[in-house]
Amino acid sequence: MRRSDRGAWPYLFLTPAIVLFTLFLAVPIGYTVYLAMRRTKVSGLGLGKGARREVFVGFDNFAAALSDAELWQGWLRVLGYGTLVLVVMLGLALVFALMLDATRVRLARFSRIAIFLPYAVPGVAATLLWGFLYLPSLSPFRAILDVDFLGATTVTYSMANVAVWGGVGFNMLVLYTALRAIPRDLYEAARLDGASELQIALRVKVPLLTPAIILTTVFSIIATIQVFTEPTTLRPLTNTISSTWSPLMKVYRDAFVTGDLYSAAATSIVIAAISLVLSFGFLRVVRNRAFGEG
Amino acid sequence: MRAHRLGAVLAVALTATLASCGSSEPEGPEAAQSPAAAAAGPVTLTYWTWAPNMDKITKVWNAANPDIQVTVSKQAGGDDAAAKFLTAAKAGNPPDLVQAEYQHLPSFIAAEAVADLKNETAAIKGEFSDGLWGLVTLGTDAVYGIPQDSGPMMLFYRQDLFDKYGIDVPKTWQEYADAARAVRKKDPSVHLGTFSSKDPGAFTGLAQQAGAQWWSISGESWKVGIADEPTKKVAAYWDGLVKEGAIDDMPYFTPEWNKALNDGKLLTWPSAVWAPGVLSSNAPKAAGKWAVAPLPQWNAGENHSGFWGGSSTAVAAASPHRAAAAKFATWLNTDPAAVDLLVKEAAIYPATTKAQSALGQAPEYFSNQPDFWQQAATVSAGARGFTFGPNVGTTYNAFKDAFDKALRDRTPFADAIQAVQDATVTDMRKSGFQIAA
Repeated sequence: MRRSDRGAWPYLFLTPAIVLFTLFLAVPIGYTVYLAMRRTKVSGLGLGKGARREVFVGFDNFAAALSDAELWQGWLRVLGYGTLVLVVMLGLALVFALMLDATRVRLARFSRIAIFLPYAVPGVAATLLWGFLYLPSLSPFRAILDVDFLGATTVTYSMANVAVWGGVGFNMLVLYTALRAIPRDLYEAARLDGASELQIALRVKVPLLTPAIILTTVFSIIATIQVFTEPTTLRPLTNTISSTWSPLMKVYRDAFVTGDLYSAAATSIVIAAISLVLSFGFLRVVRNRAFGEG
Repeated sequence: MRAHRLGAVLAVALTATLASCGSSEPEGPEAAQSPAAAAAGPVTLTYWTWAPNMDKITKVWNAANPDIQVTVSKQAGGDDAAAKFLTAAKAGNPPDLVQAEYQHLPSFIAAEAVADLKNETAAIKGEFSDGLWGLVTLGTDAVYGIPQDSGPMMLFYRQDLFDKYGIDVPKTWQEYADAARAVRKKDPSVHLGTFSSKDPGAFTGLAQQAGAQWWSISGESWKVGIADEPTKKVAAYWDGLVKEGAIDDMPYFTPEWNKALNDGKLLTWPSAVWAPGVLSSNAPKAAGKWAVAPLPQWNAGENHSGFWGGSSTAVAAASPHRAAAAKFATWLNTDPAAVDLLVKEAAIYPATTKAQSALGQAPEYFSNQPDFWQQAATVSAGARGFTFGPNVGTTYNAFKDAFDKALRDRTPFADAIQAVQDATVTDMRKSGFQIAA
């Protein structure tokens, strides 16, 4: 078959992807940008026909979103929560993966599944489950520990705990899979050089795992920026979580509680931009070390 | 393995999406039919409601009216349902009929999401009290819904535990406060009641009882008075009780609250006439132990109450079957047989004044109180409401955030209610509503 005979074939194969991408990604994003530049204006009492119309306001909504103190406080809260989740979740995932990969380990299969299982529990179910464990009058922990898990400062840790519980398994599996792909003879060489298991883990395995660690970190950064399920599900149970606790919660509130789709659209674009900057920024910083690229 | 499964899931999801796209197509031409053509075949109406057993009630209608078939779509209820309806209306595919709580109706009207039923309802206007009728007209010539039920507030209390601790039913809020302190002294594990920062509707009713006017219309502008004197009085009262620990601060409708009710750790609940339904499902163990009395009063000898909840049946402005929908809504809320069903099946307190005959037997949970409905009727006569504004969603959300914060940081409730007022005014200004100073 000559090259030119291919004709339209490649495009035919691409069509489903392009159609789906356009319908479910490009068009909605375009509509969001359109909405973000508009706003309703009512006149007088706002009752009756024609009292409300949609007007073009340019970048007003973006300006309002960027200067909204509550949104930035939301970012700060998520930053604290995210740092906690990232460090603890990825740290545990790495430790578990290394332990499962060690030569002398019993019950490896069982442990792997047990650690992974929480990932299969939907976020809302997991949060409700933990929420019931946190509630002062229902909590079984209260008998041992006199801590209000839903208090003003503790609530962040309680939420992070839910995310860590649900997320460790998945990240562990990614890291573990990467570990299994490392050629075994490297360990043998290290052992011949007199390295202990701990040294092998720290000096051989971890450096070789760097690309996988970066991958899981980027995924986790994106996931924590979008934190919504945990605080939204816990909110009815406590008075320590406001309706704008995280940036995405503010988007939800604007769109579906106070009925301001336009501000919600603008805020979600701001959030998308910040997520992009953070995840690509992280990649840029670590790219050199991880992949040896310039 | 994982990727493979993910692929399968995606494939299924896509097929489902495509299939639903396909199946929705035939609806297009039907919806576009002219009213004349629609009259030829049976009309199908969708009805969003969260009243229990509404499907059973519409079944009765459907059997008698083959031309107008109503399908109930059960909703989650509350503020979420209102937001969902507004979103659907904006997207251009609202249901024909919707259960509209009185406080959300002005938002629906301002969004031009509900139809004016002035002509269709001219004959039934006289069947409702002026107060309830005002809630569906906002004092204008238009009629935006047909009143379905109302929620006058009463004091629900544990009769057995009142006897045990030797407390009399409080007649004034002063007596309620004294009783709250007395209970704490007798048993520190028990509270007389709780203040919920998650239920602006309940607080609204208590403010109405005190005579608050959160919104009013003067000429072509709105007046917002959420931080008015009566409301500040109510806020300060609960603030004092919560801060001194005389009452609890757990929110209503949580697992913790259910447990407290079931364990007899909460002795009262200032709630609305629909409370028996909630109590019977959330505190089944305490059946027959609760009793009802009028709300405590601010001044001895008064007979005031407020409203918590209550809704109307509205017709979506975009519905192509306005006349049929209005006909059904009229039947549902005024026909004696339908009202009877509303009481028995949906457990609501009907808005129509003709309903008294339907209210014979007390709810099963209150079998110990045979005069339950007579009490409700007395309370209802003294209940006062106010006009709701066009952005109650914002106000109620601000209430939850502000009072959550006040409870968490132990700051004054007066500041919280001012924050609610400010958030409401700011939001209205932003949208361009005319506001009187």
